[in-house]
Amino acid sequence: MTASLDAASSDTLSALPAGEAEAAPVRPSLLLRAREPLLALIFPVLVLLFWHLATAGRTFSLIPPPLDVARALYDLAFGGINDDAYSRTLLIHLSASLSRVYGGFAIAAAVALPLGLLIGRIAPVRQLLDPTLQVLRPIPVTAWLPLSMIIFGLGPRSAFFLVCLGAFYPILINTIFGVRSVDPRLFEAASMLGCQSTAQFYKVVLPASLPAIFTGLRLGLGFAWVVIVVGEMTGVPTGLGAIIMEARALSRTEIVICGMAVIGIAGFISDRLVLLLGHRLLRWSPNFA
Amino acid sequence: MLEKAADPILELRGVSKQFELQGRRIDALHDAHLRVRKGEFVCLIGASGCGKSTLLRIVAGFETPTRGQALMWTMPIAGPGPERGMVFQDYALFPWLTVRGNIGFGPAARGRPAAEVKDTVERFIALVGLQRFAEAYPHQLSGGMKQRVAIARVLANDAELVLMDEPFGALDAMTRERLQDELLDIWQRTGLTVLFVTHSIEEAVFLADRIVVMSPGPGRIESEVIVPLPRPRSVVAPEFNELRRELAQRLHSHHARKAA
Repeated sequence: MTASLDAASSDTLSALPAGEAEAAPVRPSLLLRAREPLLALIFPVLVLLFWHLATAGRTFSLIPPPLDVARALYDLAFGGINDDAYSRTLLIHLSASLSRVYGGFAIAAAVALPLGLLIGRIAPVRQLLDPTLQVLRPIPVTAWLPLSMIIFGLGPRSAFFLVCLGAFYPILINTIFGVRSVDPRLFEAASMLGCQSTAQFYKVVLPASLPAIFTGLRLGLGFAWVVIVVGEMTGVPTGLGAIIMEARALSRTEIVICGMAVIGIAGFISDRLVLLLGHRLLRWSPNFA
Repeated sequence: MLEKAADPILELRGVSKQFELQGRRIDALHDAHLRVRKGEFVCLIGASGCGKSTLLRIVAGFETPTRGQALMWTMPIAGPGPERGMVFQDYALFPWLTVRGNIGFGPAARGRPAAEVKDTVERFIALVGLQRFAEAYPHQLSGGMKQRVAIARVLANDAELVLMDEPFGALDAMTRERLQDELLDIWQRTGLTVLFVTHSIEEAVFLADRIVVMSPGPGRIESEVIVPLPRPRSVVAPEFNELRRELAQRLHSHHARKAA
């Protein structure tokens, strides 16, 4: 589930005096600061190099060389090279996928958050719903594809449903985990300070489970990107998943790889933004500070 | 609340507590009688399993007695309340609140006006000397600082009776001594009543007006010792060490009797 969260509930990680924490960090030299991004680039550059050597200059290769893919990506974004059905369509597909990822994610969050809080906090609700949800959880999103197309029809509604389903469980499971793993001492502390049971929900349960909830939202958004291709196998005309499936049928492998790259980059940026938000909102947590 | 000088702030009348643990019944506390006057500093001392923490948790209102009555100002204790502030060994600060937020939690939860909360918070931050760390979060503080926040938190909430469950047990010796001094200083200046659980004889002799000696199997109050030493006390004074030896003997004899 969420091994990284086990540490979030204990606040005893660092006992450094606040004086040290307050001291302005010494600014490392440019070379030192550039070290990490440079290290991160070594592996992808090696992969690109290998890819290039393995494919470039061959008369017949099923996988197009990286430069062809780069050219196709440029054409997909700005046009002016191939001038075919794909030229200058990137923005249309990207925005279609973005709306499905964030739309599906928003619906998933809107259902999973309150449901998770209820299941985590109220035993009868947990006994009523948790077993069913645990049985439904291992069913992969791909397995839902045929049923989804029967229930929601061909088109964007099915895509929304599948993306939503992908994002739903990480949010739900982490919210339940967060609510259930609040240190019982904190309830005792709150009640001896005069904060009684109903107020404790807002003043203790919610803030204490925020790091776990946040991790759930982050994973959920990640899963929304992961399942976008499946979600767009439902016969929608636009979207990154849609062009991947279509280009595959047309053997335009360079377009398939372009779609993959754009999903990777968009998912990465979207995750970084969420993480940035987390650092701001959860400064108090040793795991996010 | 009706307060008469003769009334004890806290009274336990034949309080017993039994737990079920894996089908076995445990006598955590048996027939405890105790009267604490306002302004008294009382230490509960004894080996683990002697019921000292159970007694404290009953007074806090976290546990209800199986038999007997726990009374504050002659009224039965029903659940936790701000007039009985608890200081836990593991601090139990709210990690998402700053030092300011933690100290202001009680007054804010009880609906005090914001301006009053702010005043109270500043006063008690100053009392425990944490002005420089007012905006720090608990994970940035040392153990001693965290425990200062926990003490300020219950005082800011108008606690009359402060319940302390081995509050300095997790601290290093130097910090522990400093906090003992600070606690005595606050106690003398504010007229608090303190019920303090410890397993250190030296700590009890240094702090208490009166020491309640407890022993296990079943957990019970064995005897009481009034500490006649004048304050401030010196841990190297001969009288101090004599009392310490006497208490150590008492604790051992209780154990010996149990073993026999």
